[in-house]
Parts: sequence; C-alpha cells; structure tokens
Amino acid sequence: MKEYALELIEKGKRIDGRAFDQFRKIEIVRNAIKSADGSARVKFGETEVIAGVKIGIGTPFPDTPDQGILIVNSEFSPIASPEFEAGPPGEDAIELARVVDRGIRESKAIELEKLCITPGEKVLSVFIDIHIINHHGNLLDAAALASIIALLNTKMPKVEGDKINREEYVGNLPIAHLPINISVGKVGNFLIIDPTFEEEKILESKLCIAVREDDKICALQKQGSRQIKFDELEKMIDLAIEKSKELRRLCQQEH
Amino acid sequence: MREREIILPGEIIDERKGRKIGSNVYLEGNNVYSKVLGIPKISENEISVIPLAGVYIPRVGDRIIGTIIEVEVSGWLVDINSPYFAFLPLAEGVEEFVDLERVDLSRFYDIGDLIYCRIFKVPKSKIVQVTMKDYLARKLYGGVIIKITPSKIPRVIGKDGSMINLIKNKTKCEILTGQNGVIWIKGEKKDRAIEAILTIERESHFLGLTEKIERMLS
Amino acid sequence: MEEKKLILNGKRLDGRNPDELRNIEMKVDVVSRADGSAEVRFGNTIAIASVYGPRSLFPKHLQEPEIGIIRCRYNMAPFSVKGERKSPGPDRRSIEISKVTRNALEPAIFLEDFPRAVIDIFIEIIQADGSTRVTGINAASLALAAAGVPMRDLVAACSVGKIDDTLVVDLTGEEDNYSKADIAFAMLPSKNEVTLLQMDGILTKDELFQLFDLAKKSCQKIYEIQKKVLREKYKVSE
Repeated sequence: MKEYALELIEKGKRIDGRAFDQFRKIEIVRNAIKSADGSARVKFGETEVIAGVKIGIGTPFPDTPDQGILIVNSEFSPIASPEFEAGPPGEDAIELARVVDRGIRESKAIELEKLCITPGEKVLSVFIDIHIINHHGNLLDAAALASIIALLNTKMPKVEGDKINREEYVGNLPIAHLPINISVGKVGNFLIIDPTFEEEKILESKLCIAVREDDKICALQKQGSRQIKFDELEKMIDLAIEKSKELRRLCQQEH
Repeated sequence: MREREIILPGEIIDERKGRKIGSNVYLEGNNVYSKVLGIPKISENEISVIPLAGVYIPRVGDRIIGTIIEVEVSGWLVDINSPYFAFLPLAEGVEEFVDLERVDLSRFYDIGDLIYCRIFKVPKSKIVQVTMKDYLARKLYGGVIIKITPSKIPRVIGKDGSMINLIKNKTKCEILTGQNGVIWIKGEKKDRAIEAILTIERESHFLGLTEKIERMLS
Repeated sequence: MEEKKLILNGKRLDGRNPDELRNIEMKVDVVSRADGSAEVRFGNTIAIASVYGPRSLFPKHLQEPEIGIIRCRYNMAPFSVKGERKSPGPDRRSIEISKVTRNALEPAIFLEDFPRAVIDIFIEIIQADGSTRVTGINAASLALAAAGVPMRDLVAACSVGKIDDTLVVDLTGEEDNYSKADIAFAMLPSKNEVTLLQMDGILTKDELFQLFDLAKKSCQKIYEIQKKVLREKYKVSE
C-alpha cells in the first residue's frame, strides 16, 4: 500500500485524490459527550478522536499561585488500531498529549488567571483527555482541534467550598486565543497536509506547527525518525500558517 | 591524505574518481565519505576505511573462531562474537553418515567447544551458516580465547604475518586469529602473548608498533 | 510569575553574551564496559551517554528484517535537579525526551548495516542546569562514533530561545524557566539537515528564523569541538 502511495505522490496525486494541501473531510460534533464539562468529537476522514474536558479543584503550582492548572492526557485506546496495546500511555500517546498541551498553554488560550479561587491554595484544574477512536493518520492535528473546540464549549460548574456542583453552570471557560496545530509532511518534492495512515509511513519528514490567530508560532515538534532539510523549514512553516486559518474558521462556526 | 590519519563519520575522504566503494564508506554525489571513526585506506582502485571500533558483521569467506552454544536437531548453534548467531549444519560439520536416531550430535561438537571454521552463507534475513569443510577448519583443544576489535585483527597478523609470527616465535605459543576478533592462544607463555596482542589492539594506529612489541617480548 | 530580568546591559546573568555558549567539556570512553561512551558538560549541565551494540535483539518479534533498530533511554538522576529531589524512574517528560532523542539520532545512523540487530543508547543527566536533552544528544553522538557505529555524520545539538526581548543560545535552567520561548535543536552539520526541533513559547515567524540561524551557527561550533575530542582520543603518536 505504501509503495503505491509513494508512486502516486511522485506523479502528483494522492491515494484519495486530494490535493497536497487539502484536508480530508472534517466532521465536528460539539458537546458530543454529555457527561463531560466540554467536549468535541472530530473526524479527519476516517481518523476519529474525542476530546473531553473535566473541571476540577486543585492546588496551584508554587510559582503561579493565582493561576488555574491545565493537564492534557491522551490514550491510544486499543480499539483504534491493531498497533495499539492496552496499558498505560506509551511514548506516542505521551508525545501527542505534551505537544497539544504546549500549543494550548504557550498560546495562553485559557485565561488561567480567571480560574483562581483562593490564591496560593485553591484553583480550578482543567483536564483535557484525548481519546483516539480510529487511527487513520494525523492524530495530532485532529486531537489538537478537538481539544480547542472542546475548550470553547466547556461550561464552568459552580464551585461551592471544596466541591464542584455540576447542577449549576456559571458561564463558559474563558478562552482568549485559538491555537491550531498543522502537521506538514514532506515526500519527494512535495509538502503534504493531513497525511493518512499509509502516507505517514512514506513521509521523509514531518513537522507539527502550532499557530495562534495572530500568526505567532507557539509550538513546534519535528515528528518521526527522519530528518528535515534546514532550507525547507520556511516553506513548511509558511504552509502551516496558511492552513491554520482554514481550521480556525471551523472552530469559530457556531460561536 | 596520509596513512594513519584519523577520519570521522561524515568527513570526505576523496572524490570517487571511478574507484570501488569499499567497506565503511559511502557515496554521496561524487564524494566518498567515511561512515566510521577510523583510518582511511586509499588506493588506485578502492577507497575504504579501517574502523577503530565496531562489532563483527559476518561476511562469506571469513575464517572465524566460534563457540558451540546449542546442540540442535540437525546441527549446532555457534556464537561467532557478533550480533548474529551462526548455524553449523550437520552436513558441514561431519564427514561421515550420521544416523540421527541413534547418534547424539554432541558427540561431534558439544556446548562450549571451540571451532575454527569458515563462514559460507550470509543470507539476507536468515541465520548465518558456517562450515568445517575447509582445509584449515578444526576443533580447538585447550588454550584460551580473547576477543579484540575485529578490525584490528589484520594489525595483529601484520604484513605477511610478520607481527603474529614475531609473537609466536618469542612466546612459543600456538596462536590462531579469527576475522571475527576472536584469538585462540595455547602455550605456557600465553600471558605474554596476550599482553602483546592487547597492546597492539590499543595502539593499532600508532607508528613504530612492531618495534615496541619486539622490545616487549625480548 | 513575576518578571525577572535576565539581561542586564546586554549581558546574561552568568556574564555571557546572547550568542555565547557556556563552557563546554567533552570526554570520550568514560564507561569502559560500554561499546562507546562520552561525558559532555555545558556549564553546569552534565550528561553521560553509553552505547551498547549493535547487538542481538530478542524477542524476535521486535526485530526489523531489513534494518537495525535504535532504543534510547533518557533519564535524570534524582540528585541532578535543583531544589526538591526528582523521583527516580521515567516520567512523562523523560519518555517524550527519550523518543525525540531517538528520532534525533536515527537519521544519522546507517540502520541497514545491521539488520535485525539493536543499538541501545542510554543517557543519564547527572547534573541539570537547562538544555539537558541537547547535552545528552551531543554525548550520545560521540558515544556512537566511539563505538564504531556507521553514521552519515555526527549529530550536534543546542538550545536557543528568547529571554526578555533578546534571542540567546544555550539556556541555563533559570533562563529556560523565565524564557518567552525556547527551542531544542539538533542537526547533521555537514548535511545541513535538522533531526531535532521542538519549540514552546510565543514567537513571530521572523524571530523563529533568526533563532534557527543562531542554532545552526552554534551547532557548527559544537561540531568542531566533538570532532576535536574524537581525534585527540585517537591521536597518532610519533
């Protein structure tokens, strides 16, 4: 399959007929999970991920006594791929969670200062859990998009003393910025966006870029075991900045 | 580039100029680069590098010293001091006809036995095969083995055997060198022979080594 | 977090210029049992790397039929960090660093030269003062060369970032904590190829590319030191 994908790409085509800079069909279901405080179920073609947000109460870090806490976790559930095994997150799941975390954290997407209850003692924790449902390539971009959309529709439960009361909601999670992750892959002379599972295997290099709405870069991660030619970095990053606008528009619909 | 100058991975040795690409080098464009830390060997016909370190990767035709580690159904598994194990098939280990139902193969080679044999098959994804059907092949009795960096064996042997013969004569030991870095030594003065060999390994790329060894053994 | 001034009169807290590396020391063959090893210091950050292999790989299902594989473990000793002891064992950060380190070294190695076998690379950070993963990569690269592993080139690595409003190279722990952005960068210097690239913070595209240039220049300096150390170890005696 991957030899075929490579052959096609060299002829300027992709297996599914897409252009090199085209996303697969993206489907978004907001608030897909009623039990979560915020959630999104996102599909990029066959790849499917769910991001669920839960708000909790926590102790702030000593150097940021008046800021809420963000924790991002991801599970590569065995339902999603014959390659995923049950058990604690492996290196790929950990890497994905940490890269998504960086995009959100460094862009200052969540106004963490507004999540303080008692400075130095009690703050709100925002848990984002990313669950992979079907692995058909480009998990990182789908997971990041699902996460930011989930954050956008997260309702803040009422805090009563030491407890969370989910019967009453007191507004939305304060979101100030919209980071978007775009992974750019290189095959032959071409840069491609949103690689499928088979395409990921033939990529010569892959760079994931998190871009904020003001075109500032808030995270970078070279992915995979290949190299990136130094002179190609600029084209890859330019493409990511351009494409991030498309995905950001999808976030902003219905908002 | 002078002999005995060290080259590093990724450094250019020379332009190809139609020469054969030997071992431990690679071609990029028209330039030949070293893959390893070592001494470049440049001739009219070939460019290669002698590594200063590295494991033994088996090649067909190499004569090596191995240790029997398993007696199998139709042959023996051999440790050849490599990330790859080798197999000595029954037909390559024994001349006579063997009735497998009656005879226990450990009669011929048992676990722990040392053999001097030849590599005769290095198939791509399958196990390496060795043979005892070689005029130099034999089982080794007694003695001890030491292991050195395989790429330094030629230095231990010396030009036309000059170094190894020097050691043999001065220590009156029997010495066999395997291209896999394993050396078998037998004799009363084997400790002196071993000391000399380990010195050669450490200082293999130095000039004036032969004189030094001669002094050591006198 | 309170604002802390990291640049005063154009100099950093430790007196360096923005584009200046810390004091670098490198030694090869420090672990006699390993096939190759190295210790690298960047200021107060110390990493020791050991390489074992190529060696046999079991269980068999881990083997790749056509190529060898690399396994890499990055670990911080409990006493290596400032302040509270770090609990031993892999945490999520170390697991990610192990992965990106492996990904940083793989492009340099001729994996096809040792099919079905494995090279194990272990990196221990014994003292941490920022830029630990790149220090580890510099050490691992030397260890691989010393072990005779076939490579396309050495790997040189450094950190760059933005502190206050200044672009700097080789961040200390304190600079990293208060930085506006920091980048971990590794490359094959003579091939002009990037093998590690991680960034977090906020940067404009211009700042990003200025930092890439700074990283590339600094990696070249580090590469020269790596080569010098390897040559000196095996210096021919006259």
